[in-house]
Amino acid sequence: MAELTKKGLAGFLARQGILVAFAVFMIAFAVANPRFIDIDNVFGVIRSSAILGVMALGVTFVVIGGNLDLSVGSMMSFSTIVVLDLHDKIGPALAIPSMFAMTMALGAFIGILVGYLKLNSLIVTLGMLSAIHGLTLTYSGGKNMDIADKEGTWFAVFGQGSVAGVPMPILMFAALAIVLSIVLSKTPFGRKVYAVGGNGIAATFSGVPRARVVFMTYLVSSFCVATAGLIQASRSMGSQNTVGQGLELEVLAAVILGGASLLGGAGTIFKTVIGVLILGFIQNGLLLMGLAFYAQYVVTWIIIILAVWLDIAAKRGALWSRIA
Amino acid sequence: MKNETRVNLIKQGAIWAFIVVELIFFSVAGEFLSVSDKAFMNFDNMLLLLKQSAPIGIIALGMTIVMINGNIDLSVGATFALAAIVLLDSMTWPFMEALGNWAIPLAWFFALTTGVVLGAINGLIVWKTGVDAFIVTLGSMLGFRGLVFMYNGEQPTSHLNWTLVDFAEAQFLGLHTATWFLLGAALLLWLLMTKTVHGRNAYAIGNNRDAAVNAGIRVGPHFLWNFMLIGFLAALSAVVFYSESGSVNPNDGMLYELWAITAVVLGGTKLSGGYGSIVSTLGGVIAIQLLRKGLGHIGADTETVNLVIGLILIAVLFLDRQLNRKGKEELRT
Amino acid sequence: MTDKTPALRLEGIVKTFPGVRALDGVSFTVMPGEVHALMGENGAGKSTLMKVLGGILAPNEGQIFIEEQPTIMSSPMNAKEKGVVFIHQELSLADELTVAENIFLGELPRKSFGRVDWTTLYDQTNAILKTLNVGFDAKKRVGDLSIANQQMVEIARALTVEPRAVIFDEPTASLTDAEKVVLFKVIEDLQSRGVGVIYISHRMEEIFKITDRISVLRDGQYRGTLNTSETNEEEVTQLMIGRTLDLSRAEVTHETGEVALEVRSLSCGELFEDVSFTVRRGEVVGFYGLVGAGRTEIAETLFGLREPSSGTIHLSGEEVRIHSPADAIRRGISLVPEDRKGQGLILGMNCRDNMTLPQVSNLTAGPFVSDGAEVAIFDQYRDKLDIRTPGWRQTVGNLSGGNQQKIVIGKWLSMHPEVLIVDEPTRGIDVGSKSEIHNLIRELAAQGYAVIVISSEMPEVLHVSDRIIAMFAGKVMREFTADEVTEDSLIQAISGIKPDKVA
Repeated sequence: MAELTKKGLAGFLARQGILVAFAVFMIAFAVANPRFIDIDNVFGVIRSSAILGVMALGVTFVVIGGNLDLSVGSMMSFSTIVVLDLHDKIGPALAIPSMFAMTMALGAFIGILVGYLKLNSLIVTLGMLSAIHGLTLTYSGGKNMDIADKEGTWFAVFGQGSVAGVPMPILMFAALAIVLSIVLSKTPFGRKVYAVGGNGIAATFSGVPRARVVFMTYLVSSFCVATAGLIQASRSMGSQNTVGQGLELEVLAAVILGGASLLGGAGTIFKTVIGVLILGFIQNGLLLMGLAFYAQYVVTWIIIILAVWLDIAAKRGALWSRIA
Repeated sequence: MKNETRVNLIKQGAIWAFIVVELIFFSVAGEFLSVSDKAFMNFDNMLLLLKQSAPIGIIALGMTIVMINGNIDLSVGATFALAAIVLLDSMTWPFMEALGNWAIPLAWFFALTTGVVLGAINGLIVWKTGVDAFIVTLGSMLGFRGLVFMYNGEQPTSHLNWTLVDFAEAQFLGLHTATWFLLGAALLLWLLMTKTVHGRNAYAIGNNRDAAVNAGIRVGPHFLWNFMLIGFLAALSAVVFYSESGSVNPNDGMLYELWAITAVVLGGTKLSGGYGSIVSTLGGVIAIQLLRKGLGHIGADTETVNLVIGLILIAVLFLDRQLNRKGKEELRT
Repeated sequence: MTDKTPALRLEGIVKTFPGVRALDGVSFTVMPGEVHALMGENGAGKSTLMKVLGGILAPNEGQIFIEEQPTIMSSPMNAKEKGVVFIHQELSLADELTVAENIFLGELPRKSFGRVDWTTLYDQTNAILKTLNVGFDAKKRVGDLSIANQQMVEIARALTVEPRAVIFDEPTASLTDAEKVVLFKVIEDLQSRGVGVIYISHRMEEIFKITDRISVLRDGQYRGTLNTSETNEEEVTQLMIGRTLDLSRAEVTHETGEVALEVRSLSCGELFEDVSFTVRRGEVVGFYGLVGAGRTEIAETLFGLREPSSGTIHLSGEEVRIHSPADAIRRGISLVPEDRKGQGLILGMNCRDNMTLPQVSNLTAGPFVSDGAEVAIFDQYRDKLDIRTPGWRQTVGNLSGGNQQKIVIGKWLSMHPEVLIVDEPTRGIDVGSKSEIHNLIRELAAQGYAVIVISSEMPEVLHVSDRIIAMFAGKVMREFTADEVTEDSLIQAISGIKPDKVA
């Protein structure tokens, strides 16, 4: 009842806190340094956030479905290495679908373990983080992967091309965000993801195939990872085995910042995009202020804690917790 | 009832049985595949193994307590790095240099205090904001790492003190200094968890937090103590390791949290809290290190270690689930 | 009793929340050695009052007296120290720990260096267990105990202090009749030791069996205290809901049709064996038995949640195999589960989405869910079932128990099932909504649904069923028609006594 009756500014702030924070933050940086909202700068930020963002879209499905995915970082390294390797062997037109198939096979494997075998997703994806890293190293023999003829291929289009002045990574991120947002909010599948994450047992008792829905969320996640790997590979045209290392936690940070509950059943694609952009613009804003890249770590830390804290406080009605 | 006791026995014995299997497998396979002539079960080799287990092991002991408590700490790797920097850097401060070798205990003190303070920050946030420990420590993993970089930029921090190196490389009764620290910490924490009110309350809180709150256990401060403890242990791990190596990169300790959690889960501690043991975690730590060394011994690429450990972790989870199933009578949910 | 000092006295307790006066000047007195029932519908203020008494909430006005000493309770621990202890409905135990550790949770005896004093711990625990006369050991892991024994641990916990007042909150919710007897014995013991007992329950038969006086709350106000021996169920109910309630069997005249569901020698492991029965259209078949008799498991098997080990299920004469709830739903079987919050609803979702969840894949326009079709269904069943909610956007978790249950029923009615199974239709639902749901079940039968009602409450089964199947230990003991059933024969059947053996 409390949420419904709480109207006016306070209620709005409590519900849309993340948007308000984003706006305040953008205005503050823009006032401090007008270059911050320069269109080139804005494009630059979104472009560099696109890889993280695309992965976060998929993880949003997994998290709303009530699970975690810590394997996306090493899975992204895997897809990048694979597509670069296959590029020179079978050409880009075949390399890309092959890479998607291989990455999504990994996603399907995780989906079977978590969905059908009902294993704890934190541990499964932790194990897969390690296992896929090992797989990547075995595949590449531990060596960096490079495209031999960087000029003679159209492969660079995904990472470096642009349409009507808008960089391709941004277009791909935006298109995927729109499609997945519609899937999540408008289709029966999306509804079932919320149901399974909200209460898996009750969803089963309503005839929702819990295992299949969870399985599908991991498939969506791995599809997004493959897309991110494609952008990464195409942008750099060469890669190390560890290119995605640590990204899983940054991705999770963006999703949580967007307000998806780790318990499942809550969150939206739109909010995740906001979370991704906040992380991106913080980094950029701090760089423009002349701070080193690592200053963003500390700021991100504070913002995540504040965002989640305020969210909890809004639901509880008190800022200070009394856990005995 | 009999069945339950049996399941419990299997659970507690499983990790040690696994270690025995590993030993046998690598000894036998080593005969055929080994690149070196030395036997795997060589005494020095085993001593070295224990020493190499120490850095992750000491952290994993702390992780066990935090996880029994029903929390998790993802920031230990960053804490480890920051404590290491404080240790090495503090010895170069002018007043410390003036102290000669007396600077060593002081530097240790600074490093350990750093760990305790970082742990206290986590604990306080978990207590006072009520935000889940997973999120809090996920944030501070980034934040603490930021502090590491801020301390010395992207440069490595180095300082070799030969007295310290001698100490760290010393062997007493055959065991290395690091091993003694690992075993000492394990003993103390085992006593803490099995014999003291604090330890028993940790189980109670992780097992049923509402019940603990209703029974008047002060859950928040209890969390705070345990986060300080794991912070201390992460720093202790850094102190033991960097006393010998003398140089720390700002990226050191990354993914240590994942290794530590892997060891704890292999040891059978429940993710949801309330169940687990220090001794089993020690087993988990040794099992992982055996695997690393063993795979090297039979000539497998170092890359495969990650693959094998990841799959074993999942297999353990699967077996645990099979053991706990109620067979055909279970609901198909 | 008047010459004694009251064990506990409340004087004009007021507790307000923003916009609500949850307790409005509540006063009542518990004498030492008396069992005092506290009754009221859900939302009448019982739980708020208990929270005030237990030190979880501070009252805005009023005073609590323990043995006539004005007292302020600052926390549950503080209340316990002052001799006011609670036995909660939901068990609050750490099941990985031992019995002794649970009983002394939060107050383990200490030695130097913060060590646990195990000797003292086990000595004290054994002393308490002895007074309770239970058959388990202090070192046993609580998770290995039966529910009833776990409740004994809960009670033992209350006895680590010398209690002045013990409050039992719906203690029999998950107990078998035999276990209830043991519980009532414990309450009697407390009584004879001069402890004041407050007994909260919805179950009239228990109230009239064990209590001395009954106090009633309604809308946060104290409505009076009755001597149990001088009153009856009607009077108490009237006080609780402010009107009289018809407890006799709702008569809806209708014809029963052909057999909708037939089950032949169905078995599932050790859960139930050789169960056969039929349900016709327009008929309510009640399943009555103790907890663990296998009733819920039969329902779960029919709904595809369990794999039967042998036997067959026939729908409208045709043999079917049901592998999943989705299968069951497709074939027209619906289940309103016993655990409404855990199995029936997704509490964080809104009313409409909960109601349309099983058929959301069919309510589509192109690939998308059709908003209009969903709202139409919600509106139809909101009106039909008289669901009181501000709108479909309301989160289900915010509704009252009765309205939540109607959402679950609406969810299945909108699927137009052949067979509707309702497991514990009114568990945790207040008296007023209870009769509404009973009438609804009768009406559904009248409309031609085949209905199965599973219940642990005898009045409920007697009230709604056309036929009653009595179960004991996984077997069907006897089948009654509504005309021939008597309370005695029913009790005998579910206790495992065969009719021919009754002398």
